[in-house]
Amino acid sequence: MADLTAFVALEGVSHAYGGAGSTLAVDGLTIRVNRGEFAAVVGPSGCGKSTLMKLATGLQFPFAGTVAVAGEVVRKPVKIAGMAFQAPTLLPWRTTLENLLLPLEIVEPHRGRLRRHKADYVARAEALLASVGLGGFGGQYPWQLSGGMQQRASLCRALIHEPALLMLDEPFAALDAFTREELWCVIRDLHAVRGITVILVTHDLREAVFLADRVFVMSARPGRVLSERVIDLPRPRDLEATFTPHFQEIVHALRDQIVRARQ
Amino acid sequence: MTATSLSVRLAPWLFTVALFAAWEAAVHLFRIPQFFLPPPTAIAQAFVDYWPAIYRNSLFTLGTTALGFALAVGFGLALGLVIGWSRTIYAGLYPLMIGFNAIPKVAVVPILVLWFGIGAVPAVLTAFLISFFPIVVNVATGLATIEPELEDVLKALGASKLDIMRKVGIPRALPYFFGSLKVAITLAFVGSVISETIASNVGIGNLMLQAQAQFLVPLIFAGLIALAVEGIVMYWLMAVLEARMTGWAHRSGFAQG
Repeated sequence: MADLTAFVALEGVSHAYGGAGSTLAVDGLTIRVNRGEFAAVVGPSGCGKSTLMKLATGLQFPFAGTVAVAGEVVRKPVKIAGMAFQAPTLLPWRTTLENLLLPLEIVEPHRGRLRRHKADYVARAEALLASVGLGGFGGQYPWQLSGGMQQRASLCRALIHEPALLMLDEPFAALDAFTREELWCVIRDLHAVRGITVILVTHDLREAVFLADRVFVMSARPGRVLSERVIDLPRPRDLEATFTPHFQEIVHALRDQIVRARQ
Repeated sequence: MTATSLSVRLAPWLFTVALFAAWEAAVHLFRIPQFFLPPPTAIAQAFVDYWPAIYRNSLFTLGTTALGFALAVGFGLALGLVIGWSRTIYAGLYPLMIGFNAIPKVAVVPILVLWFGIGAVPAVLTAFLISFFPIVVNVATGLATIEPELEDVLKALGASKLDIMRKVGIPRALPYFFGSLKVAITLAFVGSVISETIASNVGIGNLMLQAQAQFLVPLIFAGLIALAVEGIVMYWLMAVLEARMTGWAHRSGFAQG
């Protein structure tokens, strides 16, 4: 019996891009993420992690199994989700602030209110920028920002409509190690302050262990969950925690599972 | 810094003058007869002697070219948007367009003459036919290269196809569009002059044909120079327009401005 009470629930989901019969991207995938939880999904390349993103946001629909978000079966795009990817995909003809306002020009009820309440929304966007350390950069064009700053702006764009669910698809993969760790802390704080549910898809096991409450390990294609592990490190975590033996132990255990999944 | 920018700014003029000087020198040095290759001074003299005819015919050619080009911009933009909008329309129209583009436009002129008689109309239409293709292809390309991730972000928010087109696709296609205008305006001149040469009694193409019949070789070359000047002016206009409309795509220049 499918349990749809979790905030994000994928129950026995199978999906193939060419429809039933073609190669499966995910097969019998079951993942449950609770409200306010930070979940990380790790696995070998091509294990269907991006498919998971599309299924949970209602961009694709499975041919078998059920996807539900916030207690409702997903049959159309999930507007309470925000998304960020490896590429910041900011629009170069808009300033950073205007890029942040883009989702509000699309999603209801903001779409109808934006023009009349422009000042409120601009203030909201500026506050959000300030919260990720981009205060005062709203007037800059994206290409005037560094890669890490662009990614911060991309995160803000994902959060501007105050989604209850944040979907992150390898958002830090293209950044250098120091910038990446800075952004881990940005995400950690956003999650702590907003109580938002986060699903992070990543290749980076340290990233997954540092950020997540629970890590799901996926198999090679067709993807399904091999195991899940609760990360019992106390919060708030700081980067020093990543050098403790306990942290390393968890990372090693996950790594072994992925190595086995690749075989 | 300033020295570099000054030399860069002067370079086009210096190179042009150098080309004409070399040409003049070569003609005298190798004793090339004027009916074979007239020196620039003889061409300049032809400009003086035949100015009213050159002026009138240049204006005519400019007019037919501009009109054909304007039609191409309107039609090319519309067709590019339609093709970029739908994969089916793209798949259906693309082979047809490639086939159409492969037809030498000079071969179409007799048909246009059959339909519309000689003169301005076939010149405008030939300019139009030859110049719309790059505009269509570029606009469609701009739309087709929207990042799929960004499309996902917007779709998940409930964006319609029209939303994505308005917010992302069209602004994104603009640099491609304005870039294509530079190619298209040059082609439009090719079209109008071809048509005037075959089927008109006005225009630079016709002037050159008549000059050839009367063996007025410097006048033929004067026609070429007039066309080159018009081509450069129109190209420059398009380049200025491009820089003004899509400054964000030319980052270094924009940052200075």
